[in-house]
Amino acid sequence: MTATPQVFEPIASRPPPVQVQGAIAWLRTNLFDGWRNTLATMVVLGLLALCIPKLVSWALINAIFVPDNAACRAMAEHSGACWGVVAEKYRLILFGRYPFAEQWRPLVACVLLVCLLVASCYRGFWKPWLLAAWAVVLPLIFVLMFGGVAGLTLVETSMWGGFPLTLLLATLSLVMAFPLAIAVALGRQSRMPGIRTLCVLYVELIRGVPLITVLFMASFMFPLFMPEGKQIDVLLRVLVGMTLFTAAYLAEVVRGGLQALPKGQVEAAQSLGLSSWQTTRKIVLPQALRLVVPAIMNTFIGAFKDTSLVTIVSLFDLTGALQLALGDSNWRKFFLEGQFFVAGIYFVFCFAMSRYSQWIERHLNTGTRRQ
Amino acid sequence: MSTPQPAPPIIEFNGVNKWYGQFHVLRDIQLKVARGERIVICGPSGSGKSTLIRCVNRLEEHQAGDLIVDGTTLTDDLKAIEKIRKDVGMVFQQFNLFPHLTVLENLTLAPMWVGKVPKKEAEERAMVQLKRVRIAEQAHKYPLQMSGGQQQRVAIARALCLTPKIMLFDEPTSALDPEMIQEVLDVMVELAGLGITMLCVTHEMAFAKAVANRVIFMDQGQIVEQAAPHEFFDNPKNERTKDFLSKILSH
Repeated sequence: MTATPQVFEPIASRPPPVQVQGAIAWLRTNLFDGWRNTLATMVVLGLLALCIPKLVSWALINAIFVPDNAACRAMAEHSGACWGVVAEKYRLILFGRYPFAEQWRPLVACVLLVCLLVASCYRGFWKPWLLAAWAVVLPLIFVLMFGGVAGLTLVETSMWGGFPLTLLLATLSLVMAFPLAIAVALGRQSRMPGIRTLCVLYVELIRGVPLITVLFMASFMFPLFMPEGKQIDVLLRVLVGMTLFTAAYLAEVVRGGLQALPKGQVEAAQSLGLSSWQTTRKIVLPQALRLVVPAIMNTFIGAFKDTSLVTIVSLFDLTGALQLALGDSNWRKFFLEGQFFVAGIYFVFCFAMSRYSQWIERHLNTGTRRQ
Repeated sequence: MSTPQPAPPIIEFNGVNKWYGQFHVLRDIQLKVARGERIVICGPSGSGKSTLIRCVNRLEEHQAGDLIVDGTTLTDDLKAIEKIRKDVGMVFQQFNLFPHLTVLENLTLAPMWVGKVPKKEAEERAMVQLKRVRIAEQAHKYPLQMSGGQQQRVAIARALCLTPKIMLFDEPTSALDPEMIQEVLDVMVELAGLGITMLCVTHEMAFAKAVANRVIFMDQGQIVEQAAPHEFFDNPKNERTKDFLSKILSH
C-alpha cells in the first residue's frame, strides 16, 4: 500500500470573537479593571465632585452676564463670575486701540486671513493658485488695516492691537520662518564648512537667548544702528525678531526629520541621475517633513502663544489688549473673567492646530505605512 | 584584410584604489567590462564587491587610479557624473523605493525630471517596464503595500525606465524571503537577453551559471580570480576561491 499524499488545506478565515460592547463593559475594562484602577477612578471622581459644582455655580449659576458694574461689585467675593467685563470690554480686548469706528477693518482682515489659513490646510488646494491667493490677500489685509488709500483713514501700526495683531504676527512669522528653517536645516548638512558653521552659529545663538531678549533687541537695539531719521516700523522689527526666533527652533525640528531619512533614499535618487536640488525637493524634504509633522505643529502652537510676549515692547496683542481693558478701575477686579475669555480664544486656535496636525499626518502618510 | 578592432570596454578600472578612512577597501583593481557583458561578483562580506560596483555610478568616490565609464573618466565633475548616472541603472539590496510616491510615480520621476520626458509618455514607458516585471496591475499602489519580491521588481523596472546601458545589482535578493527570490531572479534572467551590460553582486550561484559571461571572486579588496562560470565553478585555480566555493556550495 502506498501512503496517500497529504494535501495542504487552509482553514477558512473566521471573524474574530465578538467583543463585549456597551457602556458597562467599557466602564469595566477602562475604569474598574482591578482594585488599583478602581481606586484611581474613585479618587479622580471624588476630586471632580468637589470641584465641578463650585465651578458651575461660579461660572454659570451665580454669574452676572450683563455689563452691570454695580451689581458685579455688590456681589460677595468669588461667589460668582462677572462676565459683564467681557460684554462691556470685548471690542477693546479684541481690537485693542484700533479706532473704534474703524474696527470693521481688522474684523474683515481677520475673516479674510482665517479663510485663507483654513483653505491652505486642505491638501487638495496645494496648487499654484493658493500661492497667488496669498500674494493677493496679504497685501489686501495690510491695505485694510493701514488705510491711507481709497478713503480709508490712516491707522499707524502702533495703534493695531488685539486679536488681529496676534493672528497677523503668528501667521506672518510662521510663514516666513518655515522656509528659513528648511534652508538652515539643509545648510547644517551642507558640504561647505562656511555655510555649515554659519547655520550652527545662528541656531545656537538664537536658541541660547529668551524670546524676550530677541524682542528687546529688535525693538530697542536695532534702531540704534539705523541712520539718523530713518525708522523701521516697530511691528516689522518685532516680526523679524519672532521669525528669526521661531526659525531656529523649527530648523532643529526639520533637521531631525532629515537625519531620520534612510541613506538609501538619497542614493536611489542619485543613482537615477537626479541633481542634488531635485533629490532634496522631490525625495528628501517631502519625507523628512512628513516625519516631523507633530513636532512642527508643536513649534507652531508654541510660537502662536509666544506672540503674547510682544506686550513688553508696547504692542498690544490679545493679552496686551486685555490689560488695556482691565486698566478701567471699575472692572479691574474681574481680571479672571477676562483671562478666561482670552484663554478661550487661544484654546480654540491651538486645539484646531492640534487636531489639524493629526488629520494631516494621517493623510500624508497614505501608503507610507503598512495598512 | 585587417582584423576588426575590438570594441572599447564600456567600463574600465585602471589601478583603482579606495579607502574608508584608514581601511583600504579597494586595492589596485584592474577590470575591463565589454559592452553587453554580464558579470557576477561574489566574495565574503567586507571584500569590497559592493563598493566596486558603487564606484561605477559614483555613489562612492575612488581616490586613486582611473575609472572610465562609457568613455567618460569619472572625476568630481558633477555634470559628467549626472550624465553617467542616466546611463547606469542600479538595484539595491533594500530596494530603496520612494515610499511617499506610488509605484508609477517612482518610475516616472527620473524620466520626467532628468530625461525631461512629458508625463504621459513617461507613464506609457513606465507601464511597459512594469509589464516586463509582471506587476502592471499594481501601478497605483504604494511600495510598502507590496511584498519584498514585488518591491524589488518595481525597483528593477524603475532603473530600466531610463533605458540604461549598464545595470548594477547590489545583492538584489539578499533581503528577500526565500519564496520571493525566484521571482526576482526570473526577471533578471530575462534582462540578460536585452543586451544590457550587467554587473551583479550576488551569491545566487545558479543565476551566475545561467546568465553570467564571467564570474569574479573578490577578497580583501582585490580581485582574486575571474573566469567563465563553468571554469570558475568546476575548476577554480586559487585556493581562496576553492575555500569560498566549498563553503557556499555545500549547503
